[in-house]
Amino acid sequence: MSAFKEAGHLFRFAGLFVLAFLVFLVVRHYVVPKSFGQYGHYRGAAIGEMAAHPVKFAGHETCEGCHTDILDAKKNGKHAHVNCEACHGALANHADDPSIKPVLPDTAVLCARCHTASAAKPKGFPQVAPAEHSNGLPCETCHNPHSPAMSAGGAK
Amino acid sequence: MNLSRRHFLVLVPAAAVAWKSVLAGTPEESPNYKMTDHWWGMLIDIPKCIGCGNCVRACATENDVPDGHFRTWVERYHVTDENMVNPQVISPDGGKEGFPVAEEDAGKYFFVPKLCNHCADSPCTQVCPVGATFISPDGVVMVDPKYCLGCAYCVQACPYGCRYIHPEKHVADKCTLCYHRITKGLTTACCETCPTGARQLVDLKNPKDPIHEFLKTHSVQVLKPQMATGAKVYYNDLDGSVR
Repeated sequence: MSAFKEAGHLFRFAGLFVLAFLVFLVVRHYVVPKSFGQYGHYRGAAIGEMAAHPVKFAGHETCEGCHTDILDAKKNGKHAHVNCEACHGALANHADDPSIKPVLPDTAVLCARCHTASAAKPKGFPQVAPAEHSNGLPCETCHNPHSPAMSAGGAK
Repeated sequence: MNLSRRHFLVLVPAAAVAWKSVLAGTPEESPNYKMTDHWWGMLIDIPKCIGCGNCVRACATENDVPDGHFRTWVERYHVTDENMVNPQVISPDGGKEGFPVAEEDAGKYFFVPKLCNHCADSPCTQVCPVGATFISPDGVVMVDPKYCLGCAYCVQACPYGCRYIHPEKHVADKCTLCYHRITKGLTTACCETCPTGARQLVDLKNPKDPIHEFLKTHSVQVLKPQMATGAKVYYNDLDGSVR
């Protein structure tokens, strides 16, 4: 026992270390989020928070649930695989509350975005120089955007 | 049941591992979604891209991307016959409003949509000092905005330039592969609005996904394969001048 009598100051010092470690554990317990390390070295709950972001594009299946007439109009046309919101914009708010009426897109801007002729576009893609092609007439004068081929022939 | 201490000590870690895998498949916000069933990526079909900018606009709308920053953008390459190694690349406002008309000219043009490659071995997650960016169990690289310090290490580390510091939140921001959509069974906003099908969300863990057949039958590349990032954005018919 006498051997330890002289070493009291070392035990007190060691005790301080133990105490500091315990304080560290307690602080760590409160500071580190519960889900940290759930899947890896990050906060697992962040994944759920990311998944909770609101959806703004409803998705074409949602549109087609009600607008079956448009689906029929589209299905044999060149635009069969162009989804509704590619032209009409984000409309999840309309899908949630049909009393919100979406604004019809301006075809002069809309059609030109894809179909303005440019050497940079893939050769097989239908392209026109809008000024020469329609002389300023709106596209829907001749083309139905949901099935753009003209019934009278001519346009492909 | 007689359980010796030796067996108990063997069983405890095994049970811990099993419980962890149960947790990894825990449904998140969507009740029928299991993270362990998916491994997400994207297919970009270069010959189909017309450079309309629909994807860039849709992404900005869906994810509230601030003006002048991009989670996805489109580049237009112009490669002349004599200068394969120095293509002229433009991306006015990320291609958000399309591209200027290209007159018939020497060489070739093509569009390259870019986004986070959701790398399986991503350099960006490896450099994060605080564990704020990570690869989710379903293969999506995300940022935890509540944990991010905004040090921008990851912005520098990404070899594809896919990250930016959000000007208001002052944290790193990037493509989430529309995680809030894909976990609900929807496709991403960019794929939803792509008029030509040049962008396709793919699930590499789904054996019925057409990507498997596509990868077998087409010449497909990822960007910067020499960096061994395990990129999961597959480019069909990508020109050698793209980097």
